[in-house]
Amino acid sequence: MERRTLLKMIALLTGGAVIGGNAFLTGCSSSKESDLKERLNLTPQQIAFLDEVADTILPTTPKSPGAKAAKVGSFMKVMVNDCYEAPDQQIFLEGMDNLDAACNKMHRLGFVEATAEQRLSLLTAIDKEAKEYMSKKGDLPNHYYTMFKQLTLLGYFSSEIGHKQALRYNQVPGRYEGDVPYKKGDRSWA
Amino acid sequence: MESNTYDAIVVGSGISGGWAAKELCEKGLKVLMLERGSPYEHVKDYKSALREPWDLPHRGRTTVEQKKKYPVIHRGWAASEAVMDGWANEEDCPYTELKPFTWWRSYRMGGRSTLWGRQSYRLSQMDFEANERDGVAVPWPIGYNDIAPWYDHVEKFAGISGSLENIGHLPDGQFLPPMELNCVEKDVAKRIKQEYGDKRHLIIGRVANLTALIPGRSKCQFRNRCWEGCPFGGYFSTQSSTLPAAMETGNLTVRPYSLVRQVLYDKNTKKATGVEVLDTETNQTYEFKSKVVFLCASTLNSTWVLFNSATDIWPEGLGSSSGELGHNVMDHHYNIGASGIVEGYEDRYIFGKRANGFYIPRFVNIGSDKRDYLRGFGYQGGASREGWGKEVAELNIGGDFKDALTEPGQWTIGATGFGEILPYHENKISLDKDRKDKWGLPVLAMDAELKDNELKMRKDMQEEMKAMLTIAGVKNISTWDSGHAMGHGIHEMGTARMGHDPKTSVLNKWNQVWDCPNVYVTDGACMTSSGCQNPSLTYMALTARAVDHAVNELKKNNS
Repeated sequence: MERRTLLKMIALLTGGAVIGGNAFLTGCSSSKESDLKERLNLTPQQIAFLDEVADTILPTTPKSPGAKAAKVGSFMKVMVNDCYEAPDQQIFLEGMDNLDAACNKMHRLGFVEATAEQRLSLLTAIDKEAKEYMSKKGDLPNHYYTMFKQLTLLGYFSSEIGHKQALRYNQVPGRYEGDVPYKKGDRSWA
Repeated sequence: MESNTYDAIVVGSGISGGWAAKELCEKGLKVLMLERGSPYEHVKDYKSALREPWDLPHRGRTTVEQKKKYPVIHRGWAASEAVMDGWANEEDCPYTELKPFTWWRSYRMGGRSTLWGRQSYRLSQMDFEANERDGVAVPWPIGYNDIAPWYDHVEKFAGISGSLENIGHLPDGQFLPPMELNCVEKDVAKRIKQEYGDKRHLIIGRVANLTALIPGRSKCQFRNRCWEGCPFGGYFSTQSSTLPAAMETGNLTVRPYSLVRQVLYDKNTKKATGVEVLDTETNQTYEFKSKVVFLCASTLNSTWVLFNSATDIWPEGLGSSSGELGHNVMDHHYNIGASGIVEGYEDRYIFGKRANGFYIPRFVNIGSDKRDYLRGFGYQGGASREGWGKEVAELNIGGDFKDALTEPGQWTIGATGFGEILPYHENKISLDKDRKDKWGLPVLAMDAELKDNELKMRKDMQEEMKAMLTIAGVKNISTWDSGHAMGHGIHEMGTARMGHDPKTSVLNKWNQVWDCPNVYVTDGACMTSSGCQNPSLTYMALTARAVDHAVNELKKNNS
């Protein structure tokens, strides 16, 4: 029950289905699959790029470290390699270039060179655009930014930092209480 | 040298097989338990159970490769990274779907007893009388009084937590202390009681998790990671409960990788002499002999074994003389209900992870309540506060967004119905002789579907939940219906039903095959009707009862 609810909620947050979720994509066996595999072997630079994207979506705050500290870039690599179908892998790879190009267009700087404010303004705009696109897209391909965002949320909150610092974690609660006081600011249970 | 003669053979090591082995061993019989899959040792083999959630490389999600390898498991919520090893290999063990059928199997020691949902409810006299009263199928050959002492017996050993409610059609049992409804659920329960009086109840689920100590086991630790295997033995499984008890007697031999191909039948004595086993690792065939055989291979596989047994006498298999073997497939239809948002309670929260929810027992077609369909449904659900997946007003990205996601959101509540499916003769399974599994054995063909009665009931399942949530003041109520393919409820039942008459049933009132009285079938195959309650507890009780009968018969014959 919980897992289903979770997937539904991630989908809701990002305006569409969970990419790489249970909806099954068939066909599309690309003749360039070996080429794709090669390129999915993301370089340390690409992982650093993804870390910066993730850290813009979920940055460090006084309350808890951000997505980069939780190594969300490396997590994205694993997920895209193992859990995405080939067409989505392609979109993800091209997405990194697309995002950089969009940043150049808006700020005349690559994403990594841009300041935190510039990155935030760029992703705020793309976030809106992607959410709208995903909610209406029908059979059209997924939006690359939605992949970045979904994987950032999942990767961050399921990480050790996410469990212990962003949320509260208790591996062995030992009991259940169905009515305890809560005050604004208390963190959720992971 | 491996001896091949035992007093009793138990086919299968799941909930029913585990119980059969324990009871037979404790009554002094030498028992061989056969499991078609691999060993799966208590605690030691629960690989992910004590690891941290962030150690799973895909954080719970499954891979593209797993989706291709396990297409049936991916039809629903059962596909999760930590438990994928638990599901049967779908490439090695295919089946044919003449009509859509979701078959979630676990071929390893303990069967689905480590993966089960643990909800444990008794059937009532109303359920045992239902077929006779409605003129549907055949009457059950037993009543509630026949099984009640056996419910007591298995509940005490398994450890079922629950509340005493004094509801006639959902009998109370030998319960450990109940888990707690949370603050929202308690208030919704109150509102339902105010509105419906004694006609409807929202109660805490009755669940096979220990809320008090039972020797050799630990209490439930409220981690809600049961299906990874519990390192504390906090819930009932073969591994935590029946297997250690059986082993302690010194009477049990367990043989994994042992696929039972057929029951060996002696036409002179009209009795089974044992079973033929295919070793799934070596492809060698072995014969094992015994005085009595318990088929507990899971509902459809027990019938598969019967289909393949004594075919020289009965071409359609042992137990087929009634024409009912393989027929009357049932399940519980679900994935339908309503949910909504609960305003307020912002200053309330929970502690711990309760592997349980609330239960709303059946209330339709009871007393003066009459519907345009037969039987009824119960609901299972829960209330909780949203976690990091919640929507945050005006925020989509950045530090404030992140911090907002770390706080719990509003309360939501929802439930799905679990509806009874009538036993229809035309809902059946058979052997697909053109299709073979990895070992060259014919696979099952499924030909079963929901009919008018269930489809009418589904409308009510949605509407009644919506009505109750509305009365409880829940806001933004939405209903859902994900449809139901047979089997998806993982409560597959029937195909070798019990009955009074060998002409219309496969098993008698002691779960003996009419045509071969030293073969007992005590898993879900034996069910004459399905009720709407989760059925495993009933299999436990029927198994213990059948063992008692079998051992008494053996004593009589020996004296």
